[in-house]
Formats: sequence, structure tokens, C-alpha cells
Amino acid sequence: MAPSTSSTVTLDINGEKHTLTVDHRTTLLDVLRERLDLTGTKKGCDQGQCGACTVLVDGRRTVSCLHLAVAAEEREITTVEGVAGGGRLHPVQQAFLDLDGFQCGYCTPGQICSALAVIEEHAAGWPSAVTDDIRPEAGPPPLTPEEIRERMSGNLCRCGAYPSIVEAVARAAAQARTGTEEAAV
Amino acid sequence: MREFDYRRADDVPGAVALLGADPDARYLGGGTNLVDLMKTGVERPARLVDVRRLPLDRIEPTDDGGLRIGATVTNSDLAAHPEVRRRYPALAQAVLAGASGQLRNMATVGGNLLQRTRCGYFADVSRPCNKRVPGSGCPAVTGEHRNHAVLGASEHCVAVHPSDMGVALTAFDAVVSYETADGPGQLPLDGLYLPVGDTPHRETALPAGALVTGVTLPPAPVAARSRYRKVRERASYAFAIGSVAAALDVSNGIVCEARLAFGAVASRPWRARAAERVLTGAPADEEYFAAAADAELAAARPLPDNGYKVTLMRNLVVAVLSELAEEAAR
Repeated sequence: MAPSTSSTVTLDINGEKHTLTVDHRTTLLDVLRERLDLTGTKKGCDQGQCGACTVLVDGRRTVSCLHLAVAAEEREITTVEGVAGGGRLHPVQQAFLDLDGFQCGYCTPGQICSALAVIEEHAAGWPSAVTDDIRPEAGPPPLTPEEIRERMSGNLCRCGAYPSIVEAVARAAAQARTGTEEAAV
Repeated sequence: MREFDYRRADDVPGAVALLGADPDARYLGGGTNLVDLMKTGVERPARLVDVRRLPLDRIEPTDDGGLRIGATVTNSDLAAHPEVRRRYPALAQAVLAGASGQLRNMATVGGNLLQRTRCGYFADVSRPCNKRVPGSGCPAVTGEHRNHAVLGASEHCVAVHPSDMGVALTAFDAVVSYETADGPGQLPLDGLYLPVGDTPHRETALPAGALVTGVTLPPAPVAARSRYRKVRERASYAFAIGSVAAALDVSNGIVCEARLAFGAVASRPWRARAAERVLTGAPADEEYFAAAADAELAAARPLPDNGYKVTLMRNLVVAVLSELAEEAAR
């Protein structure tokens, strides 16, 4: 096969398939924004340091600025545009709105995608760097503000809306837990 | 960014064949370091061989009671794995102390070990750097070197290896497996990284074109009581300025076995064998912990602005070993 600097790929974004030819240098972030007009995902540092470009790839939060689009083929990608469903905001989005989890809003799509994953990671029992006892027998630690701050540290907010971001994540996580318990009953 | 060819490998031999002997080709794992370096022009590959989907994503017990960790296991999955948390807790802690949740989901074990230094001169293509352009000089020696190496460096390069994971793996005698066109091979992690000397651009002992396929942890009962402590300039999401992975087995107040490795002080994760020798058979108290740290740090050669690291590491060793000894006495 002769070397080629571009490929035709099919990307699965928010449940919709998009087939397009991409220069191999193109990041998933630039495909979302520049080719597919999904501008909810934001470009901050473009170096994997700020988290503004966070999306979910196969359910896992990922910085789309360091993810080559060509390598995202056959993955299920969820952007902030795909978070709400059935005409209703996702509880994480609603919590950010209700509790003012932002000022300018630029980092918010990344914060929301990250928060969705944090809640799932915690529910799956993943420890964090501030978890005292990481033995599996100890079970998941309570999702304290300290735990939320550590788990969300990959998302910078230049406005410094952190206190209300932490509150929003805590509320959404509590709602998710209650929902699970109700579903179990 | 230079244009490049992209190929996705389906299996290990296929990946090795796709890379071939091309010095301009690179394996792509999670991309968290390589893609970043390509954007800044530090790396300019003509071909990427994507190995992220190779079937190397399992963590399995070995027959002798150790663990085999595939090269494409993500940092997240490694840190969340019950057996890692139970048997090698310092490894899980080290991984959790690195990067962010997003980056840990993307980054792989193989890529972590082969990631490049975060020295600012290495990252800036407008500046000399012996690691990037052999023979061009090292501005860090007389310039910005606050966070640079105090052990094992040379006048040609004082950059540090940024991995947290590697520090714990080194303490637990990890062995790296790789594949080449001529067949598989293994290297102890402690022997993976080459001495800096006057060839800082030659970083590992891996044969050309080798693909890291996994890391094996031998059984280490001592590791069940282990801990990773990282000091950085902010509370989260920053590289270490100094770190310690330690494990301690104490019986009747005497150290039966100790494991100690340092991070962010050398061009590789630094196994502190001189300290371990002092600790073995010594009373488990602060006096001996400090003596052990001093034995290791006697070889330190700090620069004008990073002498603090010697004190920092001494304090870290004493603090972490004291905590482990206290835990053992409970």
C-alpha cells in the first residue's frame, strides 16, 4: 500500500455516522468543529492541558485535541451536543445551570462531559489520588468536594467558577445515585 | 505538522512489520505525548503505526503469583484493577497521581514508559538540546533547571523522566517485554533506560523498531504494604518535582525487606538500591530511614537552582517509610 497522508473514515458521533476524508494530521477536535459544525466542543490550549475539548470516546472522557480523527474510527463519540435526550437537559447540565457552574461558559461543555464520566467512574469504584484507602475491599470513597476537585482537575476554568462546579457535580452525582436506587426498588 | 502516513495494526507481528526499520516511523499509543510533540515539531514522523487496538489490553495473574500487564492497558484501567490495588498499591497510587482523568483514559502502559522528558528546552525547537539535536548543547545546565535532575545526569543533559508509573514499577522489579522482527525480548525496567553520559538522545536499550508488548511484575509480598508519595507545585494535575515509591516489610521492629525508588530526580525512574541496603536488617526508625536516604543521595550532584531536591527527597523518604513502619506496627 503506497503511503498516503489522508484517509476516508466513518465517525460515529452522537449516534450519527459521518463519512469524510481527513488529513491524518487532523484532530478529532478540529473535525468536530471545522468539518461537522459541532462547535459545542471548545478549543482551549490544544495541548491536552485544559480539558475544554473533553468528549466521551466509547464512554470514556478524552481530550479530543490529542486524539487524531483517523484513529477515532469505529469508536462511539459523544459530544456535549449529544448529552441531552428526549427534549430534556441531562441532570448534569441542569445542575450546572441551576447552581451557576460557570461564568463565561467556555470551559462548560468540557466540564459537563468530564463530570458525566466522573460520576460513572466513581460509581464503578475507581479510586482517585486523594482516596485514603484504595484497596478494593474498602469500596468507593464518598464523593466529597475533595474527591470531586481531584477528579475534575483536568478541566480548568479561567473564571474560577470551581466552587459551584463542585456543587453541581455533587448534586448530579447524588441524583444519579438516587435514580439508581429508585430503579432498583 | 509534517504530513504522515497512518496505518493501524491488527496484531503484534503486523505492527512490527508495518514499522519495519524506518527511523521516521513511530508507534502511536494513546497519543497524549506523541501527538503533542508532533504539534510542536519535536517529533516529525513520516508514518504512524497505530497500536492502540492491539490485543494487549489485559491484566493477568502469572503462574508464580505476579501480574502481567499488557502494553495497551490504559493508565485508568491499571489504577482501577483490584489486584493492582491489593497487591501493588503504590503502583495504583502512582498512576492516579499522574496527569488527569482524561489523559489517564487515553494513555497506555507502553507509552508511559517511553514518554519523553518535559524539559522546556527539549520542547522548544528554537533552542539547543542535546536530546533533540545531538551535540547542540544543553541550555538547562546554566539556565532553567529548577525541576531538573540531581542524580545520574551529565553536563550534556539534566532532564528528568516524567513518569510516576515507572517509579513504582521500578521499585517492584518490573520486566518489560518487547517484540521485534527477529522475535521477542525482555529487559528489566531498571535496565531499559540508558545512562545519560554524552548520548542523551539514546534513551532506551530497546532494539530499533521494537514494540513494547507488556510489563511483568514478579510476585512481591512486600509490595502489599507500599505507598507512592508525589510532591508537585500544585495539588493536582502536575508533574512531580520529587516522588517516592516505597514498600516495607517489618518484623519485631527490624526491616526485613525494603523497596525504594525515586521519581523526577533523574533521566529514569531511580531505584534507590544504596538506601535499600542500609534499610535491610536495620531498626525501623527515623534515624535509619534518614541514613538510608543519605546513602542514596550522597551521589547527588545538584545544580545551583535544584539543590532543594536533595532535602526534599530526604524528607520524603523519612516521611513515607515512617508511615509504612507505623502501619506495620499497628
